Amino acid sequence: MKILDHLLYTKEHEWILADGASARIGISDFAQDHLGDVVFVELPAIGARLNAGASLASLESVKAVSEVFMPVSGLVLEVNTSLETAPELLNKDPYDSWIARVAFDQSLAEAGLMDAAAYRAFCAAGEG
Amino acid sequence: MEGNQSVSDPVYDNAALRRTPLYDTHIKLGGRMVAYAGWIMPVQYAGIMEEHQAVRTHAGKFDVSHMGEIAVCGPDAPDFLDRLLTNRIAGMLTGQAVYSPMCAEDGGTLDDLLVYRRGIDDFLLIVNAANRAADVSWIVQASSSAGGPAETRGMQVSVTDCSDAFGLIALQGPDAGNILAGVAGDAPGKLGYYRFLENVDVAGVPCLVSRTGYTGEDGFEIRMPSECSIEVWNALPAVPCGLGCRDTLRFEAGMPLYGNELARDISPLEAGLDRFVPMDKPGFIGRTALAASLAAGVPRRLVGFGMTGRGVARHGYPVWSMDGSCRIGTVTTGYHSPSLGMAVGTAMIESPFAGDPGLSIEIRGHLVSAVTRSRFFYKRKGKDAT
Repeated sequence: MKILDHLLYTKEHEWILADGASARIGISDFAQDHLGDVVFVELPAIGARLNAGASLASLESVKAVSEVFMPVSGLVLEVNTSLETAPELLNKDPYDSWIARVAFDQSLAEAGLMDAAAYRAFCAAGEG
Repeated sequence: MEGNQSVSDPVYDNAALRRTPLYDTHIKLGGRMVAYAGWIMPVQYAGIMEEHQAVRTHAGKFDVSHMGEIAVCGPDAPDFLDRLLTNRIAGMLTGQAVYSPMCAEDGGTLDDLLVYRRGIDDFLLIVNAANRAADVSWIVQASSSAGGPAETRGMQVSVTDCSDAFGLIALQGPDAGNILAGVAGDAPGKLGYYRFLENVDVAGVPCLVSRTGYTGEDGFEIRMPSECSIEVWNALPAVPCGLGCRDTLRFEAGMPLYGNELARDISPLEAGLDRFVPMDKPGFIGRTALAASLAAGVPRRLVGFGMTGRGVARHGYPVWSMDGSCRIGTVTTGYHSPSLGMAVGTAMIESPFAGDPGLSIEIRGHLVSAVTRSRFFYKRKGKDAT
């Protein structure tokens, strides 16, 4: 499973890339492999204010629906609309295919995110 | 992301699940294994979409050894089956296969199955894996001289569950005929639809080969002694396909799945299987109740639909009227259809609404619009859909 060193990761297999005042969020290679072929993506509304733990996006694979959760509360600034017409991009290149850009309300340092090494260990331990 | 529990999770109790003769083969091929009807089966190998397309454009092979096989034999067998099942059995030719629902006395469906006539008094039933034990029980009870339904009571048949002695592989797709000819000679290719041959040499293994399938494509189902399953599987140069695409393929072709479109409380008439329930055939179990439902108006109907709003309808999602004012039914099966490139589904709808041009699907708390359409979403080129 591909894990990029410069990203932060959640226990739910999302990746986060902080960029100044906002951060992009997507799903990891482990997540897309586990999901299978993604056939439909439901993106949040721009301007939506979501709490920590709220559903940011819904990813529909052939057999099931999976939610992407907010690691901390925040405001949705931008969404990757190419996923609406080409949901398979999430499988082809999960690290390029960001889902949303969010202005998080608190510092991500307090969100309990894992760095690449910790995420690697987390996956190897068979968690999640 | 929410995780889905898989059979590799340590908390999952694998001990109770059965393996087909091809289990090790599936593992070697990288099959993603799941629990299904008491078995460990591959849901996919390379991916559901890829496998689905392989069957539609080339050929795929499926391990369906988990299905139940019940031999019903004896001088009363043709008559007995004619009464046990809704479809016409007694007039079947040797070498013919017939699809039939099997009903309870109240008209609800106990199972749907294939009947093979192997001889005058010799029949083989292929039944759903989940219903195998219940079906054997029911069939034995039906013929017993005490307590069975009046239609079949006391008839002289022998009923044998021979499921474990045989493996079953489905080879499906436009190239299935060519592939099978390469390992089994010309005879299978000459089979008419829903006909079968016995003792066909497939890679040195004597097999029953039928021109049947559950995908809407041309194809064959190959039955061999369990211990020869691996040889036959390995001899077929087709793409390994799992239960995931088995469901998307049959759904596109308008074929029912017991547990979705059919159930103990769904009649075959509600499921749109009228042509397999000839009401002029006297004395089959459930006929009285089904006739009464026809006279009163069948209470629900299976309806096909295509999503017009954004969203994927799935099994179990509530269905509301077009204007969203009342709940009218439930989605039986729904997918993003690989062959159509859009989300479609089937729903069991209260009859007064079954003729409406549209309906609304409740997806995670909000209503998304759909239009009704034929449930035969896919028809292969050059052949009528069954």
